[in-house]
Amino acid sequence: MSRYAIGIDLGTTHCELSHVDLTAETPRDWRESLLGIPQLTALGTIEEKFLLPSFLYLPNAGEFPEGAIALPWDNQAVEFVGEFARSQGVKTPARLVASAKSWLSHAGVDRNSPLLPWQAPPEVRRLSPVEASARYLRHLAAAWNYRFARGQAGEGHAIAGQEVILTVPASFDAAARELTLAAATHAGLENVTLLEEPQAALYAWIEAMGEGFRHHVRKGDIILVVDVGGGTTDFSLIAVTEQGGEVQFTRLAVGDHILLGGDNMDLTLAHHLNSSLAAAGKKLDAWQFTSLTYGCRQAKELLFNDPKLQRAPISIPSRGSGLIGGTLKTELTREALASILTDGFIPQVAVSERPQTARRTGLAQMALPYAQDAGITRHLAAFLSRQARALETTEGAPGLAHGQAFVHPTAILFNGGVFKAGALKERVLEVLNQWLAADGGAPIKELAGADLDLAVARGAAYYGWVRHGHGVRIRGGTARSYYVGVESAMPAVPGFEPPVKALCVAPFGMEEGTQADVPPQEFGLVVGEPTRFRFFASSLRRNDKVGELFEDAVGTEELEELAPIETVLPANHRDPGKLVPVNLQAAVTEIGTLEVRCLEKGGEGSWKLELNVRMKGEEARPQ
Amino acid sequence: MGRLGLACRLIFNGELARRAAAGLEVRAAKPAAPTTPKAIPPERLHASALLLLSALQREGRLVDFLQQEVAGFSDEEIGAAARVVHGGCLKVLRQYFELDPASPQTEGEAVTLPAGFDAQRFRLTGNVAGQPPFRGTLKHHGWVARQIRMPVLNDALDPRVLAAAEVELA
Repeated sequence: MSRYAIGIDLGTTHCELSHVDLTAETPRDWRESLLGIPQLTALGTIEEKFLLPSFLYLPNAGEFPEGAIALPWDNQAVEFVGEFARSQGVKTPARLVASAKSWLSHAGVDRNSPLLPWQAPPEVRRLSPVEASARYLRHLAAAWNYRFARGQAGEGHAIAGQEVILTVPASFDAAARELTLAAATHAGLENVTLLEEPQAALYAWIEAMGEGFRHHVRKGDIILVVDVGGGTTDFSLIAVTEQGGEVQFTRLAVGDHILLGGDNMDLTLAHHLNSSLAAAGKKLDAWQFTSLTYGCRQAKELLFNDPKLQRAPISIPSRGSGLIGGTLKTELTREALASILTDGFIPQVAVSERPQTARRTGLAQMALPYAQDAGITRHLAAFLSRQARALETTEGAPGLAHGQAFVHPTAILFNGGVFKAGALKERVLEVLNQWLAADGGAPIKELAGADLDLAVARGAAYYGWVRHGHGVRIRGGTARSYYVGVESAMPAVPGFEPPVKALCVAPFGMEEGTQADVPPQEFGLVVGEPTRFRFFASSLRRNDKVGELFEDAVGTEELEELAPIETVLPANHRDPGKLVPVNLQAAVTEIGTLEVRCLEKGGEGSWKLELNVRMKGEEARPQ
Repeated sequence: MGRLGLACRLIFNGELARRAAAGLEVRAAKPAAPTTPKAIPPERLHASALLLLSALQREGRLVDFLQQEVAGFSDEEIGAAARVVHGGCLKVLRQYFELDPASPQTEGEAVTLPAGFDAQRFRLTGNVAGQPPFRGTLKHHGWVARQIRMPVLNDALDPRVLAAAEVELA
């Protein structure tokens, strides 16, 4: 049995690691559960920090003195992750891998091919998003082993033998989850379970509250988790139910993957101030612009923390040694802060408003599909309204009174450092309460008390403890139903795509460790040749049963096309080119990933379909 | 050329190894010869001071600031630079040290120092005469580093380099 459960938050901009001792009789002191992660903070300088910035720097030969990037556990290191990677990368962006997690969830590229750094010149060695994510995990694993698994006292404490809970955005689809798992495997983590980040945040809140959490939520509550990380925004709805007198949590729904986070906010402020500097004839280089961005973050916090302040000064140091005279001055005013951040990112909108672009992103897109509408409240309005329509048709689903225009959350849990700014939190509450009041709902209550920055890793470790029979568990199963595309048989018409039907292979809400029925539809696989299926998911169609066909799948708002799935039927014992009839079956593994298999009709054969396949005719080629 | 270079190094290393082995033998044969401690070069002896200085330069540009002649600049310009120095150096200070006042009292308050007071933490000024207890006014509360968290030094770096010259390639 494992001694520890280890929670890892593999974030877009930061990673954290927390642990719980599974042999302990009493709950841990959750405040002391975070690992200080040794990392390079400057050349030749190792410091421990709770946050490991998710940046990887790939140095040129001879760029640094020999041994200057050595780590306590690796004096031969040839590359480095963490704080120094981030700061050095500002000056040398072509050698910096950033946002690997966003690439991991981007179906428009082959996520196993060496793509990053995205803008690197040809001579820079590149890594796949999976391999880059594995580097962050490897650093965390080495840091753990260095701290806990050295010498005799550390026997049996190596991370490979522990239960690792790795968090993913709730909006990650099946392929992105599988790739996250692949990264963990590359990093040598053996016993891994995936957990959705908003759920981890709720676990952290439950742990922080202790038994007292029962005073804050009750049967019938719908908890909205609003998680705004460094690079992504993630929504989840979790219902509070009761069984046998015991409180239960059920995750009802998750939102779309929105590439919009706290870093966008600081960047927007910096662009605003930069344009007025440019108008005054002052041009910043990339390094100075980053200084301006940090300055904006500090000025923002200053203004948010002291409502009496009207303006906060920002100094941008010169690049050269002439600091006095070379330093540029600007300031952030309260007016600009309110109009850019509060109104720009959390606008006062009606619940009927929608994000200004289509929510589905084309698979053909190569660069990262950043959200084009920065209005988080518009994304939230779309999420709550769509889910109301989906829940309306679901019998017995908790959480929706008839005729409501949108799902009425009764409680809200914030997560992410962005919400340390009370004003942003207040605005979200204000907008939600306006929507609720207009639709006849009661005001929402805030579930306060969790750490906004570090909750996800802590909650993940706590979930490891819960899995051993302590505390309350959140249930829910898959947050999507999954479909393969079936082309309708019809004569080919030039320039006209035959309509595609969607065959449901996995229903909504499949629990871990279960498999779906085998749909009756039969497919022919050619031995020795790759066979592809178009693959779709829906977070809205909650009632489709396995084997049901859904007409005109392509282009509907309810269905999101994912990267196709593919298999090759091995030619051993069979004649190449022979047609073998198969059925498809889906299963959700204990780990939390989806598997689609081909079952040979009337035979023993079973082949897994690969989830991460590039679209036909598209070459993932960095520009 | 490459091969020749390698061969040279091997010969050199072989020679080194022989000499090292010979040295060991000599030492083993003549024990108890008093060895004078090898002089530690000042940059190694004071490496952590240099490390702190380099951190204050990196984060707060302190060396740049102090090395500039301030006379020709306006207060406005010096003020703008001082914000950079203050913000960055404060970050380093908080990262490496936790500071407490040496005296818990407020400046300006009357203070009594009994016999056997901590002469490390309290310094007497003014009319210093007679026997304790001493009665006086707290002029400055002092500072004490309660916790020190200096980072680990890497021997591969030359600590004398407080900031490397930066050359940007086009």
